[in-house]
Amino acid sequence: MSLKSEEVIAIAHLARLGIEDAAIDDYARDLSRILDLVAEMNTVDTEGVAPMAHPLDAAQRLRPDAITETNQRDKFQSIAPDVEAGLYRVPKVIE
Amino acid sequence: MQTLTQIRDGLAAGDFSSVEITRDLLDRIAATDGALNAYITVTEAQALQQAEAADRDRAAGNAGPLNGLPLAIKDIFCTDGVRTSCASRMLDNFIAPYDATVIARLRDAGSVMLGKTNMDEFAMGSSNESSHYGPARNPWDRDRVPGGSSGGSAVAVAAGMAPAALGTDTGGSIRQPAAFCGITGLKPTYGRVSRYGMIAYASSLDQGGPMARSAEDCALLLQGIAGFDERDSTSIDREVPDYGARLDDGIDGLRIGLPKQYFAAGLDDGVARVIDAAIDEYRRLGAEVIEVDLPNSGIAIPAYYVVAMAECSSNLSRFDGVRFGHRCDDPKDLEDLYKRSRAEGFGDEVKRRILIGTYALSAGYYDAYYLKAQKLRRLISNDFQSAFERVDLIAGPTTPTPAFPLGDNRDDPVAMYLQDIYTISVNLAGLPAISLPAGFSDGLPVGLQLIGNYFDEARLLNAAHRFQQATDWHLRQPEVTA
Repeated sequence: MSLKSEEVIAIAHLARLGIEDAAIDDYARDLSRILDLVAEMNTVDTEGVAPMAHPLDAAQRLRPDAITETNQRDKFQSIAPDVEAGLYRVPKVIE
Repeated sequence: MQTLTQIRDGLAAGDFSSVEITRDLLDRIAATDGALNAYITVTEAQALQQAEAADRDRAAGNAGPLNGLPLAIKDIFCTDGVRTSCASRMLDNFIAPYDATVIARLRDAGSVMLGKTNMDEFAMGSSNESSHYGPARNPWDRDRVPGGSSGGSAVAVAAGMAPAALGTDTGGSIRQPAAFCGITGLKPTYGRVSRYGMIAYASSLDQGGPMARSAEDCALLLQGIAGFDERDSTSIDREVPDYGARLDDGIDGLRIGLPKQYFAAGLDDGVARVIDAAIDEYRRLGAEVIEVDLPNSGIAIPAYYVVAMAECSSNLSRFDGVRFGHRCDDPKDLEDLYKRSRAEGFGDEVKRRILIGTYALSAGYYDAYYLKAQKLRRLISNDFQSAFERVDLIAGPTTPTPAFPLGDNRDDPVAMYLQDIYTISVNLAGLPAISLPAGFSDGLPVGLQLIGNYFDEARLLNAAHRFQQATDWHLRQPEVTA
């Protein structure tokens, strides 16, 4: 299986990952190689096999809907790239 | 160089203080780590404070189970107030605002953190070469890799810069570096050790565990970290046994299975000879050795990489440059902020895995990739359960070759993935497994892997300990000069 450069660009956009134009062909080659490896999965028939999400088939636990965390906004924002008045700043979203 | 158990006993007997042993280790790190690069961050001041507190607690009669024991911590565990980089430029500036559950447990038990160890970026790699801080080097041959992803932890222990360390294992990341560096490393049953505060790579596979010189030391450290945690939704609520209690039990009549697929083409001759000799040692100790069949092991690598990359692409979407971590300069809009921050913050292998994972989870491909891989995962797990109807443990090589030269597999991601051939099935099935030093091939350590059934860590540690009572491979040390 071989990925085309347009496909690499589309996937990178879905992942919100910038990639340089010059690197697209390298990614297409590497990703195609990985997909060739992955294609070996099709050599085994899995008709009727139940997919396994958790090794012990444990169900997701639920917890009481109670507040257990304390407010640590100042601590968390001390490592943020850009904050103002307790808010996280990003470039303008709405024109 | 003392083992963790020897240090525990020496502290209890009053032969030395935690401050003394901690200072010795910090001096050794300062003298030797320039050449080996095992640590990303050495927390010297904090370590000495913790050691002083441990000594005070002991004097007051309040020594916890790990009182005063110095440990190295893989830089994937969040440590409150200390940089937690995951060996990525993305988190180079990230001072964790909280402790992982296992870090809090180790602290409460009285242990001392020496520093944070080197690793493959976001734990994605088998050679430690994808670290933003440069590779750690194998102390047996500095031109060779230490393995990965927990390479720095393995090097720190092997080179005497820590008696024990924490690692994590998603596809072999504790066992493979343990094998390459000649130490003992245990990957526990999935759900045995809390993942809270352990930066996620592939959530259905990740598991933290101990790396040390001996099985006895691994038992001591596992005791300190195992157990239910309500903050980890996949943690298992099940009693933790006393891992030290059964170490000395005899293994006469222990049934050991050898999977024929683990001794087939691709296995290095030198490694095969060492493993055969180790199996003979088990026969001498009274074990019964039987061939077993794991017919689906051949598709474990593709199934593993689909599961791991899909989960990685989802987990790593949190690194967006908004609330923490790397942010690009002068973003022109929000999309540019996301794309450039991630492009600059992540290295090549992380990007490849995010892209493949995104592709596998994109509209129309879910059934063909992720669901198919989960079905194969079931078949692989069933193979193990059939084998465990006939045997108590499964044994084989940890890796197909000893440590390979730096740079060898760097240009071919697929060749690097094939390094994990004997370790990844264990993660897919969620089983516990240990790698222990079994001998040398051309001067490089070789690891024997023992795989147990769910929650059978005590039996693995017992079998490994008995082997280490009869052999001295785990006591061999590389010559480390500054």
